[in-house]
Amino acid sequence: MDALLFQVLAGLATGGIYASLALALVMIYQATHLVNFAQGEMAMFTTYLAWSLISAGMPYWAAFVITIALGFALGALIERIVIRPVENAPVLAVVVVFIALLVILNSIAGWIYTYTIKAFPSPFPKEPLFGIRYMSAHELGAIGITLVVLTTLYLFFRYTPLGLAMRAVAQNPQSSRLVGIRVGWMLALGWGLAAAVGAVAGMMVAPIVYLDPNMMGGILLYAFAAALLGGIDSPMGAVIGGFTVGVLENLLGAFVIGNELKLTVALVLIVGVLLVRPSGFFGSVHVSRV
Amino acid sequence: MSRTNVILLAVLLTAACALPFIVSNYRTFQFTLVLVYAIALLGLNILTGYNGQISLGHGAFYALGAYCAAILMDKMGAPYWVTIPAAGAVCLVAGFLFGLPALRLEGLYLALATFALGVATPQLLKYHHLEKWTGGVQGIVIAKPEAPFGLPVNADQWLYFFTLAVTLGMFLLAWNLLRGRIGRALMAIRDHHLAAESMGVHNALYKSLAFGVSALYTGVAGALGAIAVQFVAPDSFNIFLSIMLLVGIVVGGLASISGALYGALFIQFVPNIADEISKAAPWAIFGIFMIGFVYLMPTGVAGAVRLLLARRRSHEI
Amino acid sequence: MRELRAGYGHTRVLHGIDFAMEPGSITALLGANGAGKTTTLRALCGMVSTEGEVRFSGESIARRRTEDIARLGIAHVPDGRGTFLNLTTEENLRLGAYVRRDRRNVEPDLERVYGYFPRLRERRRQQAGTLSGGEQQMLAVSRALMLAPKLMLLDEPSFGLAPLIVRELFNILRRINQAEGVSMLLVEQNAAMALELADHAYLIETGRMVLAGSAAALKQDDAVRKSYLGY
Repeated sequence: MDALLFQVLAGLATGGIYASLALALVMIYQATHLVNFAQGEMAMFTTYLAWSLISAGMPYWAAFVITIALGFALGALIERIVIRPVENAPVLAVVVVFIALLVILNSIAGWIYTYTIKAFPSPFPKEPLFGIRYMSAHELGAIGITLVVLTTLYLFFRYTPLGLAMRAVAQNPQSSRLVGIRVGWMLALGWGLAAAVGAVAGMMVAPIVYLDPNMMGGILLYAFAAALLGGIDSPMGAVIGGFTVGVLENLLGAFVIGNELKLTVALVLIVGVLLVRPSGFFGSVHVSRV
Repeated sequence: MSRTNVILLAVLLTAACALPFIVSNYRTFQFTLVLVYAIALLGLNILTGYNGQISLGHGAFYALGAYCAAILMDKMGAPYWVTIPAAGAVCLVAGFLFGLPALRLEGLYLALATFALGVATPQLLKYHHLEKWTGGVQGIVIAKPEAPFGLPVNADQWLYFFTLAVTLGMFLLAWNLLRGRIGRALMAIRDHHLAAESMGVHNALYKSLAFGVSALYTGVAGALGAIAVQFVAPDSFNIFLSIMLLVGIVVGGLASISGALYGALFIQFVPNIADEISKAAPWAIFGIFMIGFVYLMPTGVAGAVRLLLARRRSHEI
Repeated sequence: MRELRAGYGHTRVLHGIDFAMEPGSITALLGANGAGKTTTLRALCGMVSTEGEVRFSGESIARRRTEDIARLGIAHVPDGRGTFLNLTTEENLRLGAYVRRDRRNVEPDLERVYGYFPRLRERRRQQAGTLSGGEQQMLAVSRALMLAPKLMLLDEPSFGLAPLIVRELFNILRRINQAEGVSMLLVEQNAAMALELADHAYLIETGRMVLAGSAAALKQDDAVRKSYLGY
């Protein structure tokens, strides 16, 4: 029983990270109907930036905040420079551009920081927090940070005029222009926010998986699975999907198939959801007219 | 085929045959890999370029072909030439089977599913219950085949000619397949699947067949590639192999047979040159070229060549 | 507006039309299907590629971006209503006021709009997609009103609505025009209703202006009567 509880809690910790990244994917999907294959590498890259800042002697939380800002700028820049020209291009062109972005970020990180793995610090103490023996302080802290991020985003989208405008653009760009919303800026803002959320996910997962240019490959796959499970156009679904997938991954890994095939679990989940219920559990069902 | 094209082809073939006697063994080996990639790219192009089904996981079929060859040769003592059709057949079936569920996935979602396949491949190959066959993380080492019948060529040269012959056969087959009814049907499905269906094209059948044939090509390439490098291991078949194939068809030219060759030259030789700058440089260059081609020349090198030839022809008149 | 030409891609729909509007007036733009009425409105808002000159309060607005034109106080009620279906009624209205600088007046304006359309107040928390066609049209007009516009462009507000609801809507439009001094450019197929509401009217045929005058004069015109009024 202890082992089960242990695995579920550990799953929630990684699940929070999947949830954040899945949420970033959903945000971009909602705004542009594109799946950002480079989301993981963007998170990886910003995490390296955080590492640079911390290595240069900056206190963790200062580096944390600056990295989020840098991530935001990176995302917005990428949208304006790279994505804007292919906004209305065929799917294949868009996918190629995303993949190109993925390899470019990956290779720049490899170029600057080399491919040797690095340790990344956790802001949380080594001893368990509040005497909870089932989870490490970092796991507990990561869940806490995830929840803070999610709540902040929810409040932003729900209660601020800017958040409302962004939701409006995602739904109906034409009408948004008619009420005077600068659609281009909203898209860049969306990308920036998604990248910032990804940066948090990267910094939370790096102490667990260590820092290297390929660290996000598997995590991105799980984020995909989470986003699809919840419904690719549902932020709420992405969050629930993230935690579900995290727990599922840990339970299956510990008790059923072992840790060797974890990525295959993600693959099966992705294909399975796409086949059985393409709209996920919370997504809206789209009926295309012939 | 016009007369100039026939002459061009004859010159190209003669040059291809003379090549191994002019360049070093190492270069010959590199050109063998160019041919291998050309077959793989042709395979991916049939699916993605001609039929519009995006695959970001074709490295998986390349790996499957490679492991087929390695296991047949190393564990069962089969001669190398048997492994080519065997790998092709296995991949045809595997591709067809993967293509069945893929039928229901449109554009972006198929890209997602195949991306997942590409990422998961190395882990699958390492799976310890298969270790008896796959050699686990260590992989399998295979012997280089010697030239038969006492031919006066060394092993590298022989493998080059063997690969060249297979390549020619595969290209001829593709040319026959794609320029006729089947090619038109595939492109009709890509451009407007509803219209194609209403004109009597059996979409589902064609799409899964395209997947199967595409995998067959890539599998054959994988088998040849494994024999050429004499080694298979899980980590050489990661997502970046799949991405490299995508780079190849984008640069070479989508929905173009000759484009496969240009793409293969690109992915074989550009990293060699770029490697001298940094280990990471080839991929940065790949990425930049991908974006550059999508923005500036969506028809790839093959399209540019066609344009040049057409321009010269109009000048002559 | 002078020598306005506009089109979609390579297809030109408008071939040079001239017209002017007086501040505070209601002008109707009449014409058959495909005559170019909707395109005229879109051209005014920078939603299609245009040539020629468009001036608004002395300022040239041709070839400006749609969102900038909206910021000048031109509110467009597009065909199809342009409702944000997944947002609530009130969120739709708040979006209408998105670019306003006088934040303090937004709340009173919201109340005023609810005053014109009490039905919307009942539905304020409801998703706009669940509203009826007539309610969505009211919402579209209200959303435009929330911009505190100087000019409202109304594209076929009567489309798809029951006659009774159209009459109600047009009555409110007149009240809004009189109470707020908003100019209105009304595109309509329903010529009879439009001429009743409007002060001035123009008639477009295949991208050209063919007739102009006061609404009363157009109502008496034989050609208009035969082709558009049906008596």
